[in-house]
Amino acid sequence: MALTQGPGRFITSERLGVLVLLIIAYGIIPTLGGSYLFDAILTPFLALSLAALGLNILTGYAGQVSLGSAAFLAIGAFAAFNFNLRVPGLPFAGSIVLAGLTAALIGIFFGLPSLRLKGFYLAVSTLAAQFFVQWALTKFSWFSNNNPSGVIDAPALTLAGTAFTGPVGRYLFSLTIVVLITFASTRLIRSQTGRNFIAVRDHETAARVIGVPVLATKLTAFGISSFIIGVAGVLWAFAYLRTVETAGFNIDRSFQILFIIIIGGLASLRGAFFGAAFIVVFPLLLSRLGGALFGGVFDSGVLEMSQRIGIGALIILFLILEPRGLAALLDRIWDWIRPRRVTA
Amino acid sequence: MSYLKPLRGAVLATALAIGFALPAVADEQYFPLQSYRVGPYAAGGTGFFGGFIDYLNLINIRDGGVNGVKLTWSEGETQYEVEKGVEVYERLKNNKGVAAWNPLSVGIAYAMIDRITQDKVPLITINHGRTDSTDGRVFPYVFPLLLNPYSETSGIVNYIASKEGGQDKLKGKKIVVLYHGSPYGKETIPIYNLLAEKYGFSVEQIEVPHPGNEQQSQWLSIRRSKPDYVVLRGWGVMNPVALKTAQKVGFPVDHIVGNVWSNSEEDVIPAGDAAKGYVAITTQASGEQYPVLQEIVKTVYGAGKGNLEDKKRIGSVYHNLGIVNGILNVEAIRIAQARFGHRTLTGDEVRWGFEHLQLDSKRVEELGAKDLFHSINVTWFNHEGDGYVTFQQWDGSKWNVVSNWIAPDWALLRPIIEKSAAGYAAEKGIKLRTSDDATD
Repeated sequence: MALTQGPGRFITSERLGVLVLLIIAYGIIPTLGGSYLFDAILTPFLALSLAALGLNILTGYAGQVSLGSAAFLAIGAFAAFNFNLRVPGLPFAGSIVLAGLTAALIGIFFGLPSLRLKGFYLAVSTLAAQFFVQWALTKFSWFSNNNPSGVIDAPALTLAGTAFTGPVGRYLFSLTIVVLITFASTRLIRSQTGRNFIAVRDHETAARVIGVPVLATKLTAFGISSFIIGVAGVLWAFAYLRTVETAGFNIDRSFQILFIIIIGGLASLRGAFFGAAFIVVFPLLLSRLGGALFGGVFDSGVLEMSQRIGIGALIILFLILEPRGLAALLDRIWDWIRPRRVTA
Repeated sequence: MSYLKPLRGAVLATALAIGFALPAVADEQYFPLQSYRVGPYAAGGTGFFGGFIDYLNLINIRDGGVNGVKLTWSEGETQYEVEKGVEVYERLKNNKGVAAWNPLSVGIAYAMIDRITQDKVPLITINHGRTDSTDGRVFPYVFPLLLNPYSETSGIVNYIASKEGGQDKLKGKKIVVLYHGSPYGKETIPIYNLLAEKYGFSVEQIEVPHPGNEQQSQWLSIRRSKPDYVVLRGWGVMNPVALKTAQKVGFPVDHIVGNVWSNSEEDVIPAGDAAKGYVAITTQASGEQYPVLQEIVKTVYGAGKGNLEDKKRIGSVYHNLGIVNGILNVEAIRIAQARFGHRTLTGDEVRWGFEHLQLDSKRVEELGAKDLFHSINVTWFNHEGDGYVTFQQWDGSKWNVVSNWIAPDWALLRPIIEKSAAGYAAEKGIKLRTSDDATD
């Protein structure tokens, strides 16, 4: 989109849009609402958006399906906990980066089968990461600092000497990390590496013929994607739940992240955010609405089940309307409503 | 527009009426319930929260609340998932007059410890939870009432000792612990080792990977090692599968002792005949013969306000646990009211009530719960409250109590708990409370 505006202009409508969004996110939202908005809606939304962004780079752009996202969330969370605990004097930002790198390293390792396997077969092989990591984190209590129940407490969040406490602080902390990584990702997908991802996804043989290093590209995709998901794991565990237990990083979470990018839109960074909003925020709104309207009539189990049916129906509806996801659907709506002008 | 006028008048009148009526509403004490009625653990959730709500209803209908303070509650579905539990916590915490939180989930409870400590509202983890939260010096707002995992372990070993004819008879015996491959399952590994060393029996601990629907190899190695007892520290589907597999390999079912999360009807009924004779620990007996249950059947279910859909589950293990949990919560409020007045209490005042929750056998009998549970003796120092345990045997259709009330070896466990709590305090920079801090 920015490309259509011509390379010479500094202020494009897209950049303006991002600026407005940032002003709203940093300037206006923190003044609104109580702790519920931040602690129960926005912080998990940001963490899962980031995880979906990471998976979207791997699956949406580079075409490698993964069912192991939750494992990398767990690696990020446990690695940050251990770096923070065992390396004295390491700033928390350092723990986050090291946690991301740990996830990236393990991601590259579990990405090796992608050199031989494709599609569903690759997806099944990534299940190995999912089950192995969860098992290892439960089995070796060293990871949870020998805490008898294997559940660990989150350390305080500090970035460059500032402690982020309170619901708004944790939100701003997550927001900053998400914004930084999102910007880096937009740069990445427009770089040569990003184009290599797409080339490998669209036609591996053709990519090889024109000189794209397929092996390195796939492993880079696994590495970068796992790095981002690992950092998302830190946010999920330390900014949102403020506790870490392996059971929360099960296969359901991996599927949830995969569904976020399918519903939000594959190969679209915005799609990760739209999808996360749909999967994380929408059920909460529906559940509160249902509770307020029918809470006295039905018990919470019945309400929960009806919401699931409702959300399932909506997912089917959206995917029929626009198989390319919410991002494409919103683009179409925007095209339809925006004022038409003769191109300048 | 004139036809709107009477309508406007009516709206105004209603608004005024509501406005005037509000101050006249009696005081209320509110229970936010993070329940789970769907998902893999719905059987436990519906039973426990059903029993809890049934007891709160009984107090409201029969007594008009606690000293006139009506009990209210609302539910949020968690499916036993931590992040849903956190969401429900954030959703319900701003309601007025929150008395205490009762999530019945270790994971959710862990995520809440920082939050409730900041909000100064008690967190009740009956029969489960973080063992070292027993130490009230470090965890002022967390109460693992009746039984923490260490006490459970000690209770089971003491029961086995009583069956063998005394603790000295444990020497040379062999016990296998079959545990669920999860943080919950692994929590008691060091305590079994400690007790084995103390009493001179040998212990072998075998893991069953989650969810535990395949245990052939574990039971074959149990058969090879020929233990005197097998302790089943299971969860969910693992329990009936264990009982069935034990039958297949020919291990006698009456030498399998279930822990507190392997003791419900839902654990044995799917195992059919294989469960007949199985023994499990409990803090509250099952059955509906106790006066308090009779009153719930008469008053609450009689009025069509019973919470259980399936009335056959009245008096089941989880339902009775919910009722006992209701008794403990309500009595804590009553005790706190005696000090602070018959009004809506703050969370911190209810915490004071829990820290003085001392119900002896006489008081338990007055509450209609004689033999349902033994007694409790919570202090600011000991947040578990010296709960007694008993053992029940499944006869194919119901549980029968087969032991006296047994006391775990609290004195032995306390130093381990204090050490762990001290570690937490150091990590978090918490100053230990003294008895002076605790009296207000």
